[in-house]
Amino acid sequence: MAYITKSPWLIHYDGSSCNGCDIEVLACLTPMYDVERFGVINTGNPKHADIFLVTGSVNEQNIPVVQQIYEQMPSPKVVVAVGICACSGGVFKDCYNIIGGVDKVIPVDVYVPGCAARPEAIIDGVVKGLGALEKKQKNLDTVLTLEKVAREEAEEYD
Amino acid sequence: MINFFGTEISFMQILTGVLYLVFAPVIGCLIAGIDRKITARMQGRFGPPILQPYYDMRKLFAKEAITVRGSQELFVVCCLIFMIITGLFFFAGGNLLMVIFTLTMASVFLIVAGFSSNSPFSQIGAERELLLMMTYEPMVLLMAVGLYLVNGSFDVSEIVMSDPISIIYLAGMFIGYMYVLTMKFRKSPFDLSMSHHAHQELVKGLTTEFSGGTMAVLEIVHWYENVLLLGFVFLFFSNGTVLMVAIGVVACLAMYFLEIIIDNGYARMKWQFAFKSGWIMTIIFGGVNLIVLYYLKLFGLIGA
Repeated sequence: MAYITKSPWLIHYDGSSCNGCDIEVLACLTPMYDVERFGVINTGNPKHADIFLVTGSVNEQNIPVVQQIYEQMPSPKVVVAVGICACSGGVFKDCYNIIGGVDKVIPVDVYVPGCAARPEAIIDGVVKGLGALEKKQKNLDTVLTLEKVAREEAEEYD
Repeated sequence: MINFFGTEISFMQILTGVLYLVFAPVIGCLIAGIDRKITARMQGRFGPPILQPYYDMRKLFAKEAITVRGSQELFVVCCLIFMIITGLFFFAGGNLLMVIFTLTMASVFLIVAGFSSNSPFSQIGAERELLLMMTYEPMVLLMAVGLYLVNGSFDVSEIVMSDPISIIYLAGMFIGYMYVLTMKFRKSPFDLSMSHHAHQELVKGLTTEFSGGTMAVLEIVHWYENVLLLGFVFLFFSNGTVLMVAIGVVACLAMYFLEIIIDNGYARMKWQFAFKSGWIMTIIFGGVNLIVLYYLKLFGLIGA
């Protein structure tokens, strides 16, 4: 088994969440759920993170923020969209400022629906993300090449 | 006996040096794992497996290497090399002053690595690390002077084997060293420059811009350093007898446990407090202890 599945470090970003999911994400760290028993650390630093937890939908203002955090994370990396807003935009979907779910901006690996997503569901989502991480770790060279191509294409597009 | 640039080195010294080289990271890793477990239990959590720091290190080595500036990696590797050299000097029974100076060298490389990226978090972290160095360095040097006055030698091998039990004469120095040890272990309340916890006011401070393998090397440096710092604690107790060696080892473990309690009991302090209190503790406990030692020597109550 790859070591990355034993020590997944998180970074949590609040898109335009109502804070419901954010509180549930933090609840995962409390003694009740204690995700650190799986080696999970809430790093707050994209350069140390393996899993990107996004809560809330993406709006016009934070597109570059979400993209930049994702870009700064070293591969292999996984994105988990927590809560229905992060998955599809939720009740805010039709707001004038909302673009939609996180997958409109960066590739998402795991969707955790719910309003708010329960801590059990979030932990389950992270564990699902571990499977994706392991696969990406195995094919790290391919992943790196694909990312490089995508970055070059994006630069041309700009 | 081998002649090494004019210094006689016994096979015993080489053996202890090699043992340090091989086992210090293992012991450091286990200490870090037990630390995290105990910390979790103190907070009412179950905690990660004991080998978690090892898993983290292996994971970091397997990740993509993102380097902000090429020189950064060189500095971090230099930091590791100097830390290993420091430990070799110490555990092979070398000169204590030399040990302290090379230890400083390792810290300097870490700070330079922090300064080498333009990230403000990393820069502030490096500045704080400099401040902490300014705070703990006088105490560490005083400790070496104290150990010299009691044992009559700066050589670690002599200090370990010589008759007086240093802690009796150096109780003040020991308290002062305990105080600055919190900074060296990077524990709250003095984990200003970087921390293993999720304090996020500086993101990750000095280590913000390190990722992947570079970060893993830093972890290994930390393991080596912790074992070395506990070695200093051991010096206060050992007089060569089996009993005192055992007491010394127990004292090292008790010391680390105390640090964990302090770590969990305090929030992070401002650097002003760290600096002032560090020097006050150094002057009061280290300085007064030194004066007492001077008078003890004057009246011929301690040897040499």
